[in-house]
Amino acid sequence: MDALQTGMRSLPELLNLQQQLKKRREQQQNYLAVCGDTGCTAWGSQNIKGVFQKCLQQKGLDHITGLKFTGCLGLCESGPVVIVFPQGIFYQKVKESDIEEIVEQTLLQGKIVERLLYQDPLSGEKIIYAPEIPFYRKQERILLVNNWEIDPSSIEDYLALGGYSAFGSVLASMDSEYVIGEIKKSRLRGRGGAGFPTWQKWEECSEMAAAQKYIICNADEGDPGAFMDRSLLEGNPHSVLEGLIIGGFAVGATEGIIYVRAEYPTAVQKIRRALIQAHELGLLGENILGSGFSFNVSVSVGAGAFVCGETSALVASVEGRVGEPRQKPPHLAERGYNNCPTVINNVETLANIPSIISKGAEVYRRTGTEKSGGTKIFSLVGKVRNTGLVEVPLGVSLREIIFDIGGGIKGGKAFKAVQTGGPSGGCLPASMLDLPTDFDELKAAGSMMGSGGMIVLDEETCMVDLARYFLKFLNDESCGRCFTCREGLSRMLEMVEAITKGQSSMAEFALLKELAAVVKDSTMCGLGQTGANPVLSTIRYFAEEYRVHIEEGRCPAGVCRDLIQFQINTELCNGCGACRNKCPVEAIEGEAKAPHLIRAALCTKCGICLETCRYNAVIKL
Amino acid sequence: MINFMLNGLDVAVEKGTTLLDAASFYGIEIPTLCHDEGLSPYGACRLCLVEIGEPGRSRLVTSCTYPAEEGLLVRTHSQRVVNTRKVIIELYLATCPSSKVIQDLASRYHVTQVRFQQKHDNCILCGLCIRYCKEQMQGKAIGFVNRGVDRRITTPFDRKSEECRFCGGCMYICPACQARCQGPAEKSAVCNACLNLSPPCLDHFGETMCYLDPCVACEQGRQK
Ligand SMILES: Cc1cc2nc3c(=O)[nH]c(=O)nc-3n(C[C@H](O)[C@H](O)[C@H](O)COP(=O)(O)O)c2cc1C
Ligand code: SF4
Ligand code: SF4
Ligand code: FES
Repeated sequence: MDALQTGMRSLPELLNLQQQLKKRREQQQNYLAVCGDTGCTAWGSQNIKGVFQKCLQQKGLDHITGLKFTGCLGLCESGPVVIVFPQGIFYQKVKESDIEEIVEQTLLQGKIVERLLYQDPLSGEKIIYAPEIPFYRKQERILLVNNWEIDPSSIEDYLALGGYSAFGSVLASMDSEYVIGEIKKSRLRGRGGAGFPTWQKWEECSEMAAAQKYIICNADEGDPGAFMDRSLLEGNPHSVLEGLIIGGFAVGATEGIIYVRAEYPTAVQKIRRALIQAHELGLLGENILGSGFSFNVSVSVGAGAFVCGETSALVASVEGRVGEPRQKPPHLAERGYNNCPTVINNVETLANIPSIISKGAEVYRRTGTEKSGGTKIFSLVGKVRNTGLVEVPLGVSLREIIFDIGGGIKGGKAFKAVQTGGPSGGCLPASMLDLPTDFDELKAAGSMMGSGGMIVLDEETCMVDLARYFLKFLNDESCGRCFTCREGLSRMLEMVEAITKGQSSMAEFALLKELAAVVKDSTMCGLGQTGANPVLSTIRYFAEEYRVHIEEGRCPAGVCRDLIQFQINTELCNGCGACRNKCPVEAIEGEAKAPHLIRAALCTKCGICLETCRYNAVIKL
Repeated sequence: MINFMLNGLDVAVEKGTTLLDAASFYGIEIPTLCHDEGLSPYGACRLCLVEIGEPGRSRLVTSCTYPAEEGLLVRTHSQRVVNTRKVIIELYLATCPSSKVIQDLASRYHVTQVRFQQKHDNCILCGLCIRYCKEQMQGKAIGFVNRGVDRRITTPFDRKSEECRFCGGCMYICPACQARCQGPAEKSAVCNACLNLSPPCLDHFGETMCYLDPCVACEQGRQK
């Protein structure tokens, strides 16, 4: 495979290389996919891989069975995850001590190690093959599917699975107009938050007459708890890169920039490696594959501010200035990076591009809704049984995601709300569970798609406290330029804090709503404009909970510390003294074998006594 | 020329004119705090909001930064604008009451109550001083540091700046007087060139200027 050493100069060379790699891959169907993404790494998958390697060598299997350290396999909760190919046997919670057995039993004898299989929490049934696990069965994994089959550090893997053929066909037979037309037909909308039609952005930029244009991949992903973009970059960096190159071709850019936050060192490393590989192969650089199209890509590492995800702040940050939004217009398509026309797309948006081009827009848009085509990756977290990354067609209902894929609420508790759209999204109650996950529907319901965060909340969540949490995040992340964002959000935070402390009034509550509306209406960038959402959406659906806090001085969910009390039920207390020993502030007193007492004045309401007491004598009021 | 609708009037201005300048040309007053004719627009005080676009799909934008567009519908005093503006002024009063400029705005726009908790900041971070120093004096002696609620104005590394020529321009232009009244005795990073210990409103209005009861502007003056 000379091309791997020397780089390619023409399209036939690319086709040839893909063919060869495909053939080689067909001959090597046996491999183990060990998840190497953050969730599983935290569970210890780095060591697992090492032990596998050793074990395979010892048994002389290392020539027969390959070992891939892949990106996120999805079911983060059950990590470390190992999938045995070609069968697709799914082992979860694999420990170092299990490895020998997997190699002995499964690889050598073709038997299944029962105890490592995934057990369906609902039916109790053990499931052998990954695609049959309910968590995966209901998903449609277009973007993430290759995470199972690709070693992200290998461009060969990506090529063997048909990678870069979309780019190849663009160079072979398409012009900018055609590509943009395909994207238009596909109904792809930006996955970075606003859901803006991608074709429109591209067309605007492509129509600008300028010697220099830029396309930037937004990998800032600042939402707490979100990791879709990171998973794509770490699990399949070449798919994002291919999308970026095709985008560059369509808008007439000669340079691409990938803006990654510094908190993602692995993603930075993987994407840097991918760039080098693409360069060496001749997929980046001057006169790519003899087509006359030249394109280079660099990586820009941000310093990690949420607001730098906003496009004009992002540009400022890449230029080396303070990451602060500026007033638009002029829009970036007119004046962006280095004052040149610039288009900025989200990681996931770009990862969709290759599959649109290779499958054709007609096929692509069969997935999704009337107005937006394709799938969306959600990071499903919170009080659901199965947490992890979930890729579903746009338009699937919240209920399907939370109950069918997520497996419902953990610990038999009741569903209370789902928070979608990241910090500036909103909370939707049980009555909205049948809402389709669609940009417009979510927005009309007072929340948003955002970048795909989905936090499931159970009955033990206090909605006022939740609003306070997100408001605090946004208040900390505001750049502080707009008076109404800086002062408005911090005043709102004070007012919500007062409610959680029982120090508010209905008049102040009305003022809070008025201020929230003003902040939403009067700020410069998306952060301020959506900054009031956590408050507005919780008020919209959970006004009663606010009222109870304010008028009755009670927190129904028992979360707000100033509104709850811990007491000891003297009839149940047998005076064992366990709580007294554990209380960090010595607020509990009592003689041995006599009922104990919590001194309210000293109690900091940490709740340790409640967890400690084995006789359920401690009660929370 | 760009033709657009300003409060129902057909108007025309040169390309590149901001809505604020256009309104002022046609004699319509829009309040501002962070704008000055000699300085570049900044869009931070959010007072100059106007409503643009068809009713139902309209939005508020800052007129000091928004260029007139062909066919645009602009309303400078719609109910939405007036209500929003009043809450913003109320918030200014609750934040920085000792500023004469803010007091005047309040009386002009009929803001007669402060429902927010009263605070006494001495800078509204409008950035006029920074732009004055940079654009008029080619000085760059002061700038913003930090983000969000921690944002403040200071000299590089909080040291007395060698760039500063004691022109006093920052104090002259400041609507909130942070730089005006600290005196050389105060440990302040800003230039300390001037010694003016009383709130500026007292010169003109004695203790009667402020309808806030008690007049917090004076209160602040007395504390010093
Ligand atoms: C405060 C703020 C933070 C944002 N953070 C991100 C981000 O982390 N990643 C992202 O792709 N888009 C983010 N966005 C949205 C971007 O501004 C922009 O809409 C998006 O990158 C455009 O790409 P798309 O059209 O492909 O969605 C953010 C927007 C705002 C206002
Ligand atoms: S809305 Fe907030 S984050 Fe956005 S520019 Fe204004 S102050 Fe900065
Ligand atoms: S010191 Fe005065 S002029 Fe400078 S930002 Fe503060 S309020 Fe504005
Ligand atoms: S004058 Fe326009 S935002 Fe301050």
